Amino acid sequence: MAEAPGIELQGTARFGAVPLFAPLTLRIDAGAWSCLLGPSGSGKSTILRLIAGLETGVDFDGTITASDGRPVAPRVAYMAQTDLLLPWLDVLGNVTLGARLRAETPDLAAAMALVDRLGLSEHAHKRPAQLSGGQRQRVALARTLMEDRPVVLLDEPFSALDARTRADMQELAAETLAGRTVLLVTHDPGEAARLGHRVCLLDRNGLVESPPPATLPVRAVDDAAMLAFQARLLTALREAG
Amino acid sequence: MAGLLRGALVTALFLGLWQALVSFGHLPPYILPGPLRVAEALVANWRLIAHHAGITLTEVLIGMVLGAALGVATALLLAVSSAARYLIRPALVATQALPVFALAPLLTLWLGYGIWSKVLMAVLIIYFPVASAFFDGLMRTPPGWLDLGRTMGASPTRLLWRIRVPAAIPALASGLRLAAVYAPIGAVVGEWVGAAGGLGYLMLLANGRVKIDLMFAALLVLALLTLALHRGVGWLCDRLEARLD
Repeated sequence: MAEAPGIELQGTARFGAVPLFAPLTLRIDAGAWSCLLGPSGSGKSTILRLIAGLETGVDFDGTITASDGRPVAPRVAYMAQTDLLLPWLDVLGNVTLGARLRAETPDLAAAMALVDRLGLSEHAHKRPAQLSGGQRQRVALARTLMEDRPVVLLDEPFSALDARTRADMQELAAETLAGRTVLLVTHDPGEAARLGHRVCLLDRNGLVESPPPATLPVRAVDDAAMLAFQARLLTALREAG
Repeated sequence: MAGLLRGALVTALFLGLWQALVSFGHLPPYILPGPLRVAEALVANWRLIAHHAGITLTEVLIGMVLGAALGVATALLLAVSSAARYLIRPALVATQALPVFALAPLLTLWLGYGIWSKVLMAVLIIYFPVASAFFDGLMRTPPGWLDLGRTMGASPTRLLWRIRVPAAIPALASGLRLAAVYAPIGAVVGEWVGAAGGLGYLMLLANGRVKIDLMFAALLVLALLTLALHRGVGWLCDRLEARLD
């Protein structure tokens, strides 16, 4: 993997004449997890899509810069709320999708190693329809890791999972994505409290940083400081709404 | 097995009702021949019917291949080019205001009594359903898949062939299944307007000579041919969907 850069987004966005978010500065630290927490419609997904270089439908007036000065969008891997697995490809086919889309020869050994690491060996040749929701999201994580990009953008990737699978996936993602620059967009204060080295709240009034506890992510589900932090975040979210 | 049994039961019931209508309604055979009489006509004339069925089948198959190829090519062109969408799509829809049947005499005038006027009828009748079904499929790719592909650095061409086309195969398949039922209609209408052979031609000929039993036999073979074609195309589409990538 290439050196993971820090990222800074500075600017404002609007839908036609309607402002989406006021001028703000979002700092995403190199090689750490930054969580962007906010209610639906706050523009947090738009921020992630802007960094990914995807179509947003908003007018963005500002800059997105990497700490090494090189363009950001070509160095991101993207994981969404839905697994986005292609139903006509098996697990290995989906994990090696990036290579197929770039007309490269897929590295099947590396893909199989990742599939093993995520505990999917026995499912390597199954189609997505034969997998559970948790398994499918693990395949999506394997596909993200296969891209081996220094920047990883996560758009609520665990929010459709049941509580137990979600906690497992959070730990698995934290472990496998360590060392990369990660932006996690979420509406779940518990998730931000467990995973964030840096946690920012986005609402109508703008972006506010909320300092996380001293313990390092991934924080245990029964970590008292984490639970208190989660409560603070939830309170802040409710006051903002 | 249960399906076969059900089919046999329904067929027997239908044939029984048909024979009863003929026997008890005292209908003369030149109005409605009974099933037995039609079966006799089928056996007695099987060479003649097979010859004409072969002609119709040839027209339909060539028409299917050409019509499907044209429809697929049009859908791809429309999907990749907004200029094509702007210029061609309204014209494409406007052509549907023109009843294809009304063109049959013209096609016969231009292309003669051979198979090609019928092939073109079949092409014209299936072109729009295939093009429009596949085009709709190509334009309805789940946006998340395209986002993912773009972050992976896929070119628009790779996105088309690796994501949009495979994702549109079920839509194309439903267009092709429709085409399999429509194509024989086009060919037979062409044969009615002017032909030297084919099941439609044979039916008109038999009708003119009051051989209604032969007409029914030809109709029966036409129906079987259409069903077989629908099955065959369905099978091909299933293989295509299962074998993607």
